[in-house]
Amino acid sequence: MARMNIYAIYSLWLREMIRFFRLKSRVFGSLAPPFFFLAFLGYGFRSAAMSEIPQEVNYISFLAPGIIGMTLLFSSTFGGLSMLWDREFGFLREIMVAPVSRISIVIGRTAGGVTTAVMQGLIILIPGIAMGLKISGLGGFLLSLVFMVLIATTFNSLGLAFASRMKDMSGFSLIMNFMVFPLFLLSGALFPISNLPVWLRSLSYIDPLTYGVDGLRGSLVGVSTFPLAFDLAVLAICCAGALGLGAYLFEISDVE
Amino acid sequence: MEGAAIATSGLTMRFDDFTAVEGVDLQIEKGELFGLLGPNGAGKSTIIKMLTTMLRPTAGGAVVWGYDIARERDAVRNSIGVVFQDPSVDSQLTGRENLDFHGRMYGMDKKTRKARVHEVLELVDLTEKAEVLMEDYSGGMQRRLEIARGLMHHPHVLFLDEPTLGLDAQTRRYIWQYIQKMNQEEGVTVVLTTHYMEEADHLCERVAIIDQGKIVALDTPENLKDLIGADIITLEVDDGVTDEQVHAFSKFDGVEAVDRSGSTINLSVDHGESRIPEIVLGASKAGVKIRSVSMHEPTLEDVFLKFTGKKIRESESSGAGMMAAFQSRMRTRRH
Repeated sequence: MARMNIYAIYSLWLREMIRFFRLKSRVFGSLAPPFFFLAFLGYGFRSAAMSEIPQEVNYISFLAPGIIGMTLLFSSTFGGLSMLWDREFGFLREIMVAPVSRISIVIGRTAGGVTTAVMQGLIILIPGIAMGLKISGLGGFLLSLVFMVLIATTFNSLGLAFASRMKDMSGFSLIMNFMVFPLFLLSGALFPISNLPVWLRSLSYIDPLTYGVDGLRGSLVGVSTFPLAFDLAVLAICCAGALGLGAYLFEISDVE
Repeated sequence: MEGAAIATSGLTMRFDDFTAVEGVDLQIEKGELFGLLGPNGAGKSTIIKMLTTMLRPTAGGAVVWGYDIARERDAVRNSIGVVFQDPSVDSQLTGRENLDFHGRMYGMDKKTRKARVHEVLELVDLTEKAEVLMEDYSGGMQRRLEIARGLMHHPHVLFLDEPTLGLDAQTRRYIWQYIQKMNQEEGVTVVLTTHYMEEADHLCERVAIIDQGKIVALDTPENLKDLIGADIITLEVDDGVTDEQVHAFSKFDGVEAVDRSGSTINLSVDHGESRIPEIVLGASKAGVKIRSVSMHEPTLEDVFLKFTGKKIRESESSGAGMMAAFQSRMRTRRH
């Protein structure tokens, strides 16, 4: 195991924090899509009946955890891919020439990306509550934080894995449109996946976000398709796998 | 500590289809201000990348401040500072934040960092700009901050890859001053690459001239220029001049060497001013039509010409397309 450089990890994390609070327009920009999804779908389908959603749960309570999952998915994947920007603008070399193990670099970056993604997820929770999301209790809220961290870590690592394999930024929109968007739609964030035809549903089952969204719903609202422990276990395994993959691909990637 | 700051032996870098650096043997002393001079694509940056552990050599090796660049990478990294050819700052952070980031990456605690940030900012006259975002710095200021950052963690050796590329003449002079100042005040060994002859001449105590991945000459700028002789007289002549007529020039008094490329003839001459009349007269007797005459003292360009048979700028034309693309990128970034 390579050694850890605590100062360096902190430095990388702090940089993400400074950038997050400095680039307010970018944060608002990235929060706009999930907010619009929440507002328009939430009000638009408020009274539409969906047989798979339990009677006692209103659509907004069903939707809000899904939209939090969406926020986490998009912002953390973007955070992982932002390594491409660092490479493009030369800052990656400043990081790479320091006497710091690559695993510390991965940990620092990931910690920063996960923190900013979870903060965005929590921001989206506020309009959700305003529109009628009822949180089951403090314990559920704290458990949802665990799910948020796991979701963000998984997709931040996947973003990093892709960024490590890409030479430039041309593949960025491909990943966002053909990986991230399908992951979002398959996850059951907007509707119960049991409404999907069987062949699509099987794709949902291999989407890590499915278990993330289900876990968020279970912990925040108290309604879930799978047992929460099962969601937690599957997501933790996906998270560990993605983290390992991202760290490995970054480890063997070229700086130039 | 005993020994040189940097010692390389047979340092070689091969890429798939070509050899960028071939068998470079170098010894750079502690405290020295050393220059690698050569055209773009000569392999200077590749040498720097190997010495800074960013690239692993395919053959040979090097020791930087006593540490092996392949086996003791972290120790090497701790001993060096690097100012890269391309910008490498976070433009969303202020000058101070960039320096602080760097200090933490090198394990400096808060108190040490604060004192050192103050020192290095003073050194490059950027104290006033510490709280300004990097994106609002000019190109020259950004370069100065990168130099300050390279010094932040008290490196023994500072590498500067084309430190004044893309900067205007005045800014370049300032950067030279800062480089000399830190070499003297901080006692740091400086290794810089450049394709500007006057930069190597003005700044460096010793210069290695590099062409096609090999060192073709290595000495102080003065000694290198002495190899050429006293002065260079350049004659522009009509195309029809024969080699025999050119050869006749070598028989004149004081002419040490004759070098022809096309319609340009370069003569190395002692006391050039006093020889010009003689040469012009002699030329017209021999039937050579002279269009113009000029004279200059030897420069490193002449040294490069002597060892490689071409001018630095000519040998750059092969990589010209790449270079133009690069420069336009630099421009869009720096303004």
